[in-house]
Amino acid sequence: MNIQPILEVEDFSKTFILHEQGKSLPSSQSVFLKAFPGRLTALIGPTGAGKSTVLKGIYRTYLPTSGRIMFTTGQGQILDLALADEHKILELRQEEIGFVTQFLHTLPRQSTEDVVAMPLIKEGVPHDIALEKARDILGKLNLPERLWAVSPATFSGGEKQRVNLARGLLAQPRLLLLDEPTASLDAKTTDRVIELIQNLKETGTAMIAIFHDMDLVKKLADDVVKLEPPVGTEHFFNSNTNEVA
Amino acid sequence: MTNDKVLQVRNLSKVYGKGCSKCFELTGPEHNTNICPHCGSVVAAHDISFDLYKGEILGIMGESGSGKSTAVKNLFFDEIPSSGQAIFFDEGKQYDLFNLNAQQKRHLRNHRFGMVYQNPHLGLNFNVSAGGNIAERLLMSQLSNYQEIRERAIELLHRTEVLTERMDEMPKNFSGGMQQRVQIAKALATNPTLLFLDEVTTGLDLSVQAAILDLIMEIQRESETAMIAVTHDLGVIRLLAGRTIVMKYGRIIESGLTDQILEDPQDAYTQRLVASAL
Repeated sequence: MNIQPILEVEDFSKTFILHEQGKSLPSSQSVFLKAFPGRLTALIGPTGAGKSTVLKGIYRTYLPTSGRIMFTTGQGQILDLALADEHKILELRQEEIGFVTQFLHTLPRQSTEDVVAMPLIKEGVPHDIALEKARDILGKLNLPERLWAVSPATFSGGEKQRVNLARGLLAQPRLLLLDEPTASLDAKTTDRVIELIQNLKETGTAMIAIFHDMDLVKKLADDVVKLEPPVGTEHFFNSNTNEVA
Repeated sequence: MTNDKVLQVRNLSKVYGKGCSKCFELTGPEHNTNICPHCGSVVAAHDISFDLYKGEILGIMGESGSGKSTAVKNLFFDEIPSSGQAIFFDEGKQYDLFNLNAQQKRHLRNHRFGMVYQNPHLGLNFNVSAGGNIAERLLMSQLSNYQEIRERAIELLHRTEVLTERMDEMPKNFSGGMQQRVQIAKALATNPTLLFLDEVTTGLDLSVQAAILDLIMEIQRESETAMIAVTHDLGVIRLLAGRTIVMKYGRIIESGLTDQILEDPQDAYTQRLVASAL
């Protein structure tokens, strides 16, 4: 294969140190994976294998315990996301790396269509055009039109997930991380999501996705990485902190 | 986001009291105190370093007495630091904040910085009307034409959602949330490059808090104002700040991207703070 990966995760491990409980908790161990433009890498494995941990590590929501996360930017710069400057990470999150999670944090007074259009507006797309695109994709994802002007704060899990997907897909990042993007969606909407993901692949977006449904893996994945739960389990250490008991 | 640096703070320290050679050694998180056992001085802040970029909101989080407000007060010239350096970058110029004369400090305070205090009495003049408060600040800058000043004041109050019909009323007639809005309008009057927010929502009703936070985020979207938000409230940090500094007993114990600080805190103290908020 001739295409160059835009992301290479090399020997990524993450162990949480829980000071209060005096224990360390391995979550991901020795993960290797690559993401290529226009291709989808599926992360599979049982619960507890650390799939979400890897995605959060790439996004820098988690600090890796070890390993390298080499990302090639749109300008051709290669940097380790584990070590990159915080301002650089914020810039990449705005311009190049998207994350669709199962959770949605939004402001109480922001409408759904604004939430979805926001990444485009920040890129400089005129407000009305961004809104039009937001409505278009919300329609494709079968989110009822009466909800578009309402804040998603009170939406159901499936509705929130569609808002998240709409925002993440519309932004067309160079790298898109997807954490069970269809977990709470009905079959019809899931088919639409498959279609949208395929379209996005054609535009060159590299994707890393966690799926539990093997059917989706078959339909969408170009590469599959299987993760296993870390071998070492919880390790208790002598809590030597200055806590006042 | 344009990566233009607005502020560079290095090794800022503030000691209340005469200080001694042991002050820094014997205080801090590992000693569970900011009072020097040797000389009794209070080490309110020590070795504070950070950078702030245009359009960014930096959160400074910590409990009472952690030194988070001290850091901001020193930068706004409310206090004089014991040591350290702070460079402010503005319109192609650099200002070495702790080596300016009184006139230069006044210029920055009145024109290029804005401050919103938790206590509106510190930020507002309660002897003049809401509109008058904004006019005061505009008068200190270039505007001197009455009509222009009034128009700008109306524009600012409109933007901060204060009924302009009430602009000639005294601040004491306003609710706490409204006083905060007037304070924000006043702080924004000169389009400052740098805005300090010191516990701006503390003590307000939840619905009022949400509206004030909305307003701050709207300002961030519309302007490139860099902000430092000091708060003990994790919710405020989560909503506003892209990056966060955690302070305890006058020291920075941890800093990082806000979602990382909240979801993968490294320090035992931060882990406890985050856990107790959930």
